[in-house]
Amino acid sequence: MKRLNISRNTRSNFATYAMVIIVFLVLQILGQGGMLSSTLKGQLVPICAYVVMALSLNLTVGVLGELSLGHAGFMSVGAFAGTVAAVSLQASIPSAGVRLLVALIVGAACAALAGFLIGIPVLRLNGDYLAIVTLAFGEIIKSIVNNLYIGMDGGGLHARFLNNTMTLGEGGRMILNGPMGIPGITKISTFTAGFLLILVALFIIFNLVNSRSGRAIMAVRDNRIAAESVGISITKYKMMAFVISAALAGAAGALFAQGQTTVIATKFDFNTSILILVFVVLGGLGRMWGSIIAAAALTILPEALRQFSEYRMLVYAIVLILVMLATNNPQIRGFFTRLSKWIKDLLLLRFRAARKLAGETDQKGGGEQ
Amino acid sequence: MMKKFRFLSLVMAGALCLTLAACGGSGDSGAGGTAANPDSGAAAPDSSAPGNGGSTPSGAAFKIGGTGPLTGGAAIYGNNAYHGAQIAVDEINALGGDIQFELRYEDDVHDAEKAGNAYNTLKDWGMQIFLGSVTSTPCVATSAESNSDHIFLLTPSASSTDVLGGVANPLTGTVDVPRKDNAFQMCFMDPNQGDASAQYIAQNGLGQKIAIIYKNDDVYSTGIYNSFMAKAAELNLEVVSTTTFTEDSQNDFSVQIGDAKDKGADLLFLPMYYTPASLILSQCSAIGYTPKFFGVDGMDGILTLEGFDTTLAEGVMLLTPFNADAEDERTVNFVTTYQERYGEIPNQFAADAYDCVYAIYEVLKSANATPDMSASDLCDLLMNGITGITFDGLTGEGMTWDASGAVSKSPKGMVIENGGYVGMD
Repeated sequence: MKRLNISRNTRSNFATYAMVIIVFLVLQILGQGGMLSSTLKGQLVPICAYVVMALSLNLTVGVLGELSLGHAGFMSVGAFAGTVAAVSLQASIPSAGVRLLVALIVGAACAALAGFLIGIPVLRLNGDYLAIVTLAFGEIIKSIVNNLYIGMDGGGLHARFLNNTMTLGEGGRMILNGPMGIPGITKISTFTAGFLLILVALFIIFNLVNSRSGRAIMAVRDNRIAAESVGISITKYKMMAFVISAALAGAAGALFAQGQTTVIATKFDFNTSILILVFVVLGGLGRMWGSIIAAAALTILPEALRQFSEYRMLVYAIVLILVMLATNNPQIRGFFTRLSKWIKDLLLLRFRAARKLAGETDQKGGGEQ
Repeated sequence: MMKKFRFLSLVMAGALCLTLAACGGSGDSGAGGTAANPDSGAAAPDSSAPGNGGSTPSGAAFKIGGTGPLTGGAAIYGNNAYHGAQIAVDEINALGGDIQFELRYEDDVHDAEKAGNAYNTLKDWGMQIFLGSVTSTPCVATSAESNSDHIFLLTPSASSTDVLGGVANPLTGTVDVPRKDNAFQMCFMDPNQGDASAQYIAQNGLGQKIAIIYKNDDVYSTGIYNSFMAKAAELNLEVVSTTTFTEDSQNDFSVQIGDAKDKGADLLFLPMYYTPASLILSQCSAIGYTPKFFGVDGMDGILTLEGFDTTLAEGVMLLTPFNADAEDERTVNFVTTYQERYGEIPNQFAADAYDCVYAIYEVLKSANATPDMSASDLCDLLMNGITGITFDGLTGEGMTWDASGAVSKSPKGMVIENGGYVGMD
C-alpha cells in the first residue's frame, strides 16, 4: 500500500513535468510558425513568472501550511535586485543569457536573505497572526524600494535612501529612481528561460517534498505539537520552507522584471500578493500542477476578455467564482471522477483486449489479476 | 437542499456571465470595431455621427490606437483622453476628406504590465499610429515597446521624462534612458512644470516661505518636485517644509498641513492631481490655515470634482495649458460637444488628446500620407513631419516640437476666481 502511494506521487510529478514540457513545445512550434498573436507572445514571460510565483507560494501555503499575504514583497526584492545586477553588468557581461542567469541568481539570493530576516520574527507566529505580519512586511518592502535610489558610474554602484543626493561621475546613470522605479530595462528574459525556471522550481519543490525534510515540514503543518514531541525542530523546518519559497519568488521576480521595459515598486503591492494566493487556492493547496494551470489561465483570462471592455473585470470575477464553485461542487467533481474512471476503464479494456489477443497468438497470456 | 442551492448558484452565475458576454459583444460589433466603447450609451451618437469613417473597412482609414486607465482608480484620466480623441476623430471623419481615422483605446488600468498587453492587442488589431498611454508609468513601458517596433507615438498626457528618453535627470544630471526617437509629447514635461512653477513664484514674489506636499510614490508628482527643488535652490527660494504622502495614505493630510503651518509657510505648493489636492484644501480651511495655494496641471479639474465645495478653491493658482471656460470658438465647440456626449466638462487630458489627433492629422495631410502605408513608414514620415509644423490647438497656440520630443508651448498661469479660471497676467 505504501509503495503504491509513493509511486502515485511520482507518477503525478512526472505528469506535471510532462505537461509543462508539452505545453512549452507546442507553444514553441506555434511561435516558430508565426501562429501566436503579439498579445500572447508578450504574455509568455509574465505567465512563466507568475507560475513560478504560484509554485513558490504553494510551498508556503500548501506544504508548510502557513498563509503568507506578502509574497509579492519577495518578488519585488528579486525583481529590483536582479534588475540592478543585470543593468550594472550590461557592459561587463555582453551575453544576454548569462546576464539573465546572474540576475536570477542575485534576485533569488537577495529574496532568500529577505525571507530569512523576515522569517526570524514571523515564523514565531501562527495562523492569522503570521498572515497579518507577512502582509505588513510586504508593505514595508514596497515602501523601502519606493524610497531607494541606486545609481552607477565608473566608481561602481551608489545608493541613497529617502532623498536622491548623489552626484554621479562621467557616463553614470541612475538605475533605480525611487518611485519612478527602473525605467529603461533591456528585455532579456525569454520564454525558454521562463520554462527552464519553472522546471527548476518544480524539481526543487518535488525533491524537497519527497525528502526527509519535506516530510518533517508536512508533519509540522499537520500537527505541530505531535511533530515537536517527536523531536522535529519546528523553527528549522519552517524556516527552510519559507526561505526556499522566498528564493523562488525572488527568481520569479527577476524573470518578470527582465521581461518588462519598466518596473515600479507599487506593482508588487498587496493586490499582487492576493492574486498569487488566488492562483494557489484555485489550483489546490499543495497541488503543483493545479497552481501552474491556475496561474497561466488567470493571467491570460483578463486579456482574453478584452472584448467585454469595461465589463472585463466583472466577467473575470464571475468566471473566478464559477470556477471556485465548480471545483468544489460534489456533483461536478463526481462527474469528473466518473469521467476519468470511465476513460481509465475504457483504456484498461482496450489494454486487456490487446493482451488477450496477444495471449491467444502466443501460448498463454500473462496472469491477470 | 443545500446541494440544490449550490447548483442553482452555479447556473445563475453562468447565466449572468453569458448575458454580459452578449452585452459586451454586441456593443463592440455595434461600434464596428472602431473602439471598445466604454459607455455603450454613447455608442449611439457615435455611430450616427455623419460619415463616421469607423465603419469603413480597414485599409481606407488610418488605425490610431491608445491605452489608458479606462477602469480603476485613474479611470477619469483615461476616459477623458479617450473621449477627447474620439471627438477629434469623429470631426475629422465628418469632413469627409482623404484622411479618415479609426480609433481604438484599450484599458491598461494604470499598470505598466497591462499597458504592454494592451499595446500588443492594438498591434494585433493593426494599429498604425499610437497615442501612447495616458498616464506616465504605463507610457514608459509602451514607448519602449513602440520604439522597438518603430511605431509613431504622440502621448497626450504622459509627462514623465522617461517617456521620451534622452532627458537629463534634474538631480544628477545623468541621462538614464536613451532617447526614443519615435516618442513625442503633447503635454509639458514634468521638469518643465517644476521649473516654470519655481520661476513663476520667484518672479511674482508669491511666497517667502514655501511648503511642499508631494506624493512620493508617484512619477508625476516626484518628477515635478525634483525639478522644482533644483530650480528653487537656484533662485534662492526658501522651502521651509517638505512632506510626502503615498497612494495608501492620501486620505488624511493633517500631519503635512500641520508641519507647513508650524513652520510658518505662506505658500503651499501642491504638485499632484486634484483629488488629494481637494482634500488638502478642505483640511486647511477646517483648521483656519490660509496660505496661498499653487498647483500644476494635475490640479485642473478640481472645479468639476463631485462633492467638492468650489469656494475652497478660491484664490488657488495653477499652471495649466487648457481652460474649459475659455471663450474662443474652438474651445467652446469642444466643451459643448463633450458635454452633450458624455455629460461632463472635459479636463486637460481630453483637450490634449483632441490636440494629438489634430496634430497627427495635419502632418499626415501635409505629407499626403495614405492609409495603406505601413506603421514603420508612417513613423518615419510623422517623426520628420511633426518637427516641421507649428500647431494651434486647444492647449496652446504656436506649438512646435523638436527632435527631443518635447513640446514647446507656454503654460498659462491661472487663478481661480468666482468658481472659474482667470488668467493671472
